[in-house]
Amino acid sequence: MEPLIQLIDVRKKFGGQEVLKGINLSIYEGKTTVIVGESGKGKSLILKHILGLIKPDTGKVLVFGKDMNIMSAKELKKIRSHFGVLFQNAALFDSMTVFDNVALPLRERTDFTEKEIEKIVNEKLALMDIEGSNKKYPAQLSGGMRKRVGLARALVLNPKIVFFDEPTTGLDVAKSNEIYRVFYRTQTKLSYTAVIVSHDVPKIFKLADFVALLHEGIIQDCLSPEDFQTSENPVIREFVDKTMGLIYESEQVEG
Amino acid sequence: MMTFFEHLGSLALYYINQIGRMGIFLVMVCMSIVKPPYYRISYVTKQIYLIGALSIFVIVFTGLFTGMVLGLQGYNTLSKFGSVGFLGSAVALSLIRELGPVLTALMVTGRAGSAICAEIGIMRNSEQIDALECMAIDPHNFIMAPKFIAAIVSMPLLTAVFNVVGIFGGYLVGVVLLGANKGAYFQSMYQNVEYSDISMGFMKSLCFGLLVVWICSAKGYFVHLERQGGFGAEGVSRATTSAVVLSSVAVLLFDYFITSLLI
Repeated sequence: MEPLIQLIDVRKKFGGQEVLKGINLSIYEGKTTVIVGESGKGKSLILKHILGLIKPDTGKVLVFGKDMNIMSAKELKKIRSHFGVLFQNAALFDSMTVFDNVALPLRERTDFTEKEIEKIVNEKLALMDIEGSNKKYPAQLSGGMRKRVGLARALVLNPKIVFFDEPTTGLDVAKSNEIYRVFYRTQTKLSYTAVIVSHDVPKIFKLADFVALLHEGIIQDCLSPEDFQTSENPVIREFVDKTMGLIYESEQVEG
Repeated sequence: MMTFFEHLGSLALYYINQIGRMGIFLVMVCMSIVKPPYYRISYVTKQIYLIGALSIFVIVFTGLFTGMVLGLQGYNTLSKFGSVGFLGSAVALSLIRELGPVLTALMVTGRAGSAICAEIGIMRNSEQIDALECMAIDPHNFIMAPKFIAAIVSMPLLTAVFNVVGIFGGYLVGVVLLGANKGAYFQSMYQNVEYSDISMGFMKSLCFGLLVVWICSAKGYFVHLERQGGFGAEGVSRATTSAVVLSSVAVLLFDYFITSLLI
């Protein structure tokens, strides 16, 4: 199966520090790929490379088989029209209402009438369980609701690929579960390819088709959640032990 | 010693980079103004309201007092030479050729320019501009183009308001308070103010409008690339301060060059 997105030996330096040291990753159509790893080690940076917001120093980022770094602005815009992105802090336009935030891609990129836009926006907000918040501003919403509005905006044009940058960061367990339920519901309904950056291990494994571990600027491996948890790779082994292992040392000792 | 040269070199490279990216930014915005997809008229009218209409009060206020002080100074100076009759032309020419466009630009920089820079800077830092790009919406077209058009339309109109109110302020002090001849005030203005004076002021205000909106927008847009760090509230505040200072200095600098070209 041909990958939808492919990163080939992507390297990126900031100042003297090399953050990405040769990323190789393939993302397949209709699948959910989760990128895990320690905080601040470049997971979101990989997303920004795929989105074309940052160019790599060397290496290739292929989306639909086309190199994001050498394409014209027009081509880049065309590729991005298939993207939906849920940013870490939702990145809602704070001077616009919830309705206007979700309606923006429709108003700017389609020829729909206001009536049609209203219908689509209300449908998406209903899918996210946030009907009735149309007239509120982002500052008046809770963290979980902001993420839902962000997701509604990301899905409003039925994109082929949806990117999630730490979708549950800053949310409590119940809110995180709600976001995951919304994600599961929307992906089942719209069957988009999902790329999730998260450190919510092991919960995120339930949603993943593939799990990729970023460690020391390199993707150690990209495996199914089951294979990931039983991998013999010492780095993955250590990550699984650290994130899913016992909390108290005494229990570890006691076995 | 080497560290000093390294520092100097990196400073020079930073400023060359900054000038380059601001230049490219200006070209991109100008292209997005003339090329489709076109921005909505409602976005432009909203910006005209924010940049132009909301600045009227401060423009009227400063215009009135500038005219009044010109009337006061002009009356006292001209009365020494027995030429109070020229007060009207002195006030009008000072305002139309110089003070109107320059002071309006400085006022708009302080009121609207700083707001533009802060708004765009916050959008940059909270990933709103990245979000636009990911939605395949060009921020040059969506955010910048309406602001540029609004500033270029608003600045000459605000300058005209400033001039008219200033002339009235000069009349208030010179004629009403100090007793200069009312007819002479307007007659000297009528005789000495020429079309070239008005067109010079108009040209200046157009250029200043573009200059102010360009510098303030670019400073906000590239806030994350600021040398001293452009992140967080402090980064935006630093960029806003620097935008206002740079715009004000640029207005005064370009005022000289435009005057020397048009005079």
